[in-house]
Amino acid sequence: MEEIYDSPLKLHSISMHDEYKDSTHFLGLAEIEDYSSCGMSLRLFLLTLVPTKINLGVGAYRDDEGKPVVLQCVKEAEAKIAGCDFLESVSSAVSSKLVEESVKLVYGKNSDIIKEGRFAGVQALSGTGACRLFAEFQRRFYPESQIYMTDPTWSNHHNIWRDALVPERTFHYYHPDSKGLDFSALLDDVKNAPDGSFFLLHPCAHNPTGVDPTEEQWREISYLFKVKNHFPFFDMAYQGFASGDLDRDARSIQIFVEDGNVIGCAQSFAKNMGLYGHRVGCLNVLCNDAKQAVAIKSQLQQIARAMYSSPPIHGILLVSGILSDPNMKALWVKEVKAMANRIQSLRTTLRKSLEQLSSPLNWEHITNQVGMFCFSGLTPEQVDRLLREFHIYMTLDGRMSMAGVTTGNVSYLANAIHEVTKFG
Amino acid sequence: MDSSSVFANIVRAPEDAILGVTVAYNKDSSPDKLNLGVGAYRTEEGKPLVLKVVRRAEQMLVNDNSRVKEYLPIVGLADFNKLSAKLIFGADSPAIQENRVTTVQCLSGTGSLRVGAEFLARHYHQLTIYIPNPTWGNHTKIFGLAGLSVKAYRYYDPATRGLDFQGLLEDLGAAPSGSIVLLHACAHNPTGVDPTIEQWEQIRQLMRSKGLLPFFDSAYQGFASGNLDADAGSVRMFVADGGECLAAQSYAKNMGLYGERVGALSIVCKTADVASRVESQLKLVIRPMYSNPPIHGASIVATILKDRDMYNEWTVELKAMADRIISMRQQLFDSLSARGTPGDWSHIIKQIGMFTFTGLNTKQVAFMTKEYHIYMTSDGRISMAGLSSRTVPHLTEAIHAAVTRVD
Repeated sequence: MEEIYDSPLKLHSISMHDEYKDSTHFLGLAEIEDYSSCGMSLRLFLLTLVPTKINLGVGAYRDDEGKPVVLQCVKEAEAKIAGCDFLESVSSAVSSKLVEESVKLVYGKNSDIIKEGRFAGVQALSGTGACRLFAEFQRRFYPESQIYMTDPTWSNHHNIWRDALVPERTFHYYHPDSKGLDFSALLDDVKNAPDGSFFLLHPCAHNPTGVDPTEEQWREISYLFKVKNHFPFFDMAYQGFASGDLDRDARSIQIFVEDGNVIGCAQSFAKNMGLYGHRVGCLNVLCNDAKQAVAIKSQLQQIARAMYSSPPIHGILLVSGILSDPNMKALWVKEVKAMANRIQSLRTTLRKSLEQLSSPLNWEHITNQVGMFCFSGLTPEQVDRLLREFHIYMTLDGRMSMAGVTTGNVSYLANAIHEVTKFG
Repeated sequence: MDSSSVFANIVRAPEDAILGVTVAYNKDSSPDKLNLGVGAYRTEEGKPLVLKVVRRAEQMLVNDNSRVKEYLPIVGLADFNKLSAKLIFGADSPAIQENRVTTVQCLSGTGSLRVGAEFLARHYHQLTIYIPNPTWGNHTKIFGLAGLSVKAYRYYDPATRGLDFQGLLEDLGAAPSGSIVLLHACAHNPTGVDPTIEQWEQIRQLMRSKGLLPFFDSAYQGFASGNLDADAGSVRMFVADGGECLAAQSYAKNMGLYGERVGALSIVCKTADVASRVESQLKLVIRPMYSNPPIHGASIVATILKDRDMYNEWTVELKAMADRIISMRQQLFDSLSARGTPGDWSHIIKQIGMFTFTGLNTKQVAFMTKEYHIYMTSDGRISMAGLSSRTVPHLTEAIHAAVTRVD
């Protein structure tokens, strides 16, 4: 082909992005199979042909055989809607139903907020989409504001607010020595931030550390927020995975609301309903009254319309179908509890195994931390040894997805961790 | 709650003009009301249509117990991407064979346009995009919010109700070298006016000589003429010359998958190496937006496109939809001619795709809504998909009255 035309894209100047930096958030088996997006270590892991290899990078739930799970309530919901006439854009009735049922999970089903319509709620493309909508909204109406994020936080949080052109700052959260919450430093940072700052909080099952404040600590934080008139934005991606109880896991948000804080909340149904690939979530912002809720909602819809118009209907129908049917909702609640229980029990087993091996290190944090992830405290060198010598994959920051641990592999895992840490 | 909201001063955003038409229509209690606003296909009975082949594909997916709901890769479903590229560029396209095309699954046409625009805003050297006047209302917002500066090129000629080809050539000829140009691959929205093949060739030559970057919006492939290959002719003409371009594809209309948000963005590059690097950068746009695209709609499309029988079934159902629209055009034209309505109405059968730019002015449109309960956008655009043999007479009466009684 004659090379008449110069490349208008000047794409030779574009650099290849180092994907490995991003692998601290592992999105799931499907992405791992996309070789072109892997970092070198993961590629090595996948190509290794050994009887035992353990993937603890996956941020998706796995059963005790290490397999992905489609919840029973989801299968039933799907059978119901197959063949329906719902392929057109979401009707406002359907979308309102989803939003209403979602916010009930946040504020409690009898909340006045819901009765009085004092929230602006829109469906969103899972948690990421909800955060992005809020970040864009924040930029549009508070162009001078920043967002305070926990140190550390989910890696994509940085990307989301950066792409929305909202500058970020971090505040103290994780204490590497205790492998728990650095509470006094956290409070100091909240106090020292300018009044009316925007904060991104994880209401439960913090990602990547698994470290959550206690209820008492949440109360103190909330009180301080009220005094400082800060705006808390909650990213709730793991409701149900922290304690096994959906209501309990939303308690932190409810404390803030009870104290009179005005809040925003992103919800994801990726993990707790196993709807990862369907991209279902919800964004809501508390308002003074129903009229303001209408205004804010219209602005959020505008932002969405220029990005993707409306979210995909299939996932919306599944979620609203499950949440609005008492039997299906009850089944869902049980299934969430079962997933959380499996993870909790493997945490206990892993910790006990390490203690039985007479590990010189303290492994209490394995059971103190909650949710899908354990911030192991392993160094990058130790993580690397685990990969090369034992074919166990986790992200470089030492974050282990407990969902990848099974009764079949937990002994192997304990032994391997002991091997790389027994000399301190 | 005692706290004042930090968002107390936010005002309500204006309603989307196109969707606003349906809102107004829903409020109308007249039994004769007719919605010719939104561009979604309707059957002769005025009902939305789920294609049989789509139902079949969906049932297959539901019945497949091995299916899981894990995250797709950031770039989406691989099969879907490959098949979508083949659909628009042709299965034998050298660009595909040479691995010079990167295709990423996006949320329908809107999502594909936005991702492409964001990519260009970050990596391209000329941040101005030229869009036809008029164009779909959402285009300006999409490109503007992505960070591109939006300018218009002449397109529609109200005098002829056809293409202002001279104006188009002049405006694109005057555009700074390297500018991005939005092209509707076929069935221009809202006018229904498409360049002829000869005109497309002239456009191509002009654009290549000025290094203008084509960005195709292909929302109606198969829907315009009833033939998938013919409707991709403009895109393929540009790809055939070895140059680069972007193409946003939507399956909303041609597969009736509106609500599932299925689409793809393809970028045709000079070399395979460039395509690979472009893909890596597209991922960086997508991940902070929504991480990865939705699985359901893309799975349906891939299931249909990869199965020979289902593909053929689809082309038959697609042609039926296109044919019904073409027949509505003919019926409306014949009806207006028979009625003796003043004016030249041949543009109704010359224009192509879902929409007709009637040429009616805003006063006439408002009159038709008030007196005849006919709803359309204020620019006089009617969706032919909303018409049926039964309602053509009513529309004819309304147009006749508007044209004879209202200036």
